[in-house]
Amino acid sequence: MTANNTAKFRVGDQVRIRVGVPPTHFRTPEYIQGKLGRVQTSWGAFPNPEGLAYGEDGLPAQPLYLIEFAQTDLWRGYKGATRDTLMIDVYENWLETT
Amino acid sequence: MAENGHSHGDNAKYYSLRAQAMQALLIEKGVCTLGDILTMADQIDARSPEDGAKILAHAWVDPEYKKRLLADAASAFLELGYDLPETSPKITVVENTDEVHSMAVCTLCSCFPRAIIGRPPAWYKGLAYRSKVVVDPRGVLKEFGTELDDAIQVRVIDSSADYRYLILPKRPAGTEGMTEEQLAKLITQESMIGVGLALSPEAVKAS
Repeated sequence: MTANNTAKFRVGDQVRIRVGVPPTHFRTPEYIQGKLGRVQTSWGAFPNPEGLAYGEDGLPAQPLYLIEFAQTDLWRGYKGATRDTLMIDVYENWLETT
Repeated sequence: MAENGHSHGDNAKYYSLRAQAMQALLIEKGVCTLGDILTMADQIDARSPEDGAKILAHAWVDPEYKKRLLADAASAFLELGYDLPETSPKITVVENTDEVHSMAVCTLCSCFPRAIIGRPPAWYKGLAYRSKVVVDPRGVLKEFGTELDDAIQVRVIDSSADYRYLILPKRPAGTEGMTEEQLAKLITQESMIGVGLALSPEAVKAS
């Protein structure tokens, strides 16, 4: 983890997950793409796995966030309680402002 | 959960050969040495759910330690003599409470806090668990024998990046006065993944 003063989003910010299925390695599963979530934790910046996967240095490092979603926003007909959530780590290059 | 989504048994030979081929290539291309691979395997095999249970039981009896563990897991692990290897991803501890119950999964592969609790169980790596728990976590809990009231928020954590999540289960009722060693026996691998609760003292006595 490197010092990170460049994180664009803050805890509590609403974000939208970018939509995209590149033919290369990526860590943002399709089930959260296009969905609205909220920044739960800002972890600092980490080398980007989309470069690391190909032996590159993954720089510039990407700020990483733990994003929380309402389960009822992710799945139509979600069977659990309305207060249930899902959290997942997402790199900043996959986040859009809303 | 018995079914794995795909049968490892039939493919064991194929996967073993593939792993050997990848290992040979990594060494040949100078990505790492055989020593590196063996060291990492040894580091993972040196840990088991008992190690995690020991740490988490300490958090149950020492509220100040629990605070440190939740704030900075790596330093708190070190206090008890658990030094995370440099190659280990970050680990963070998430507390289950009367209000929130968290469960961990890796939908992409099999990310797991190996440096503290060793290798994941087979079902954790299987497609059945990985695809169902995000959509129907309460259904998965039920399959593992736990039914939670709707008043408790169920929170799935999908570890897809640089952090691994270790769940600190809720301390069961009726455990006042138990020693740290006795408490550690209540903390199962399943409870540290969040697919179940810590065992009750009665359940341990019965087994």
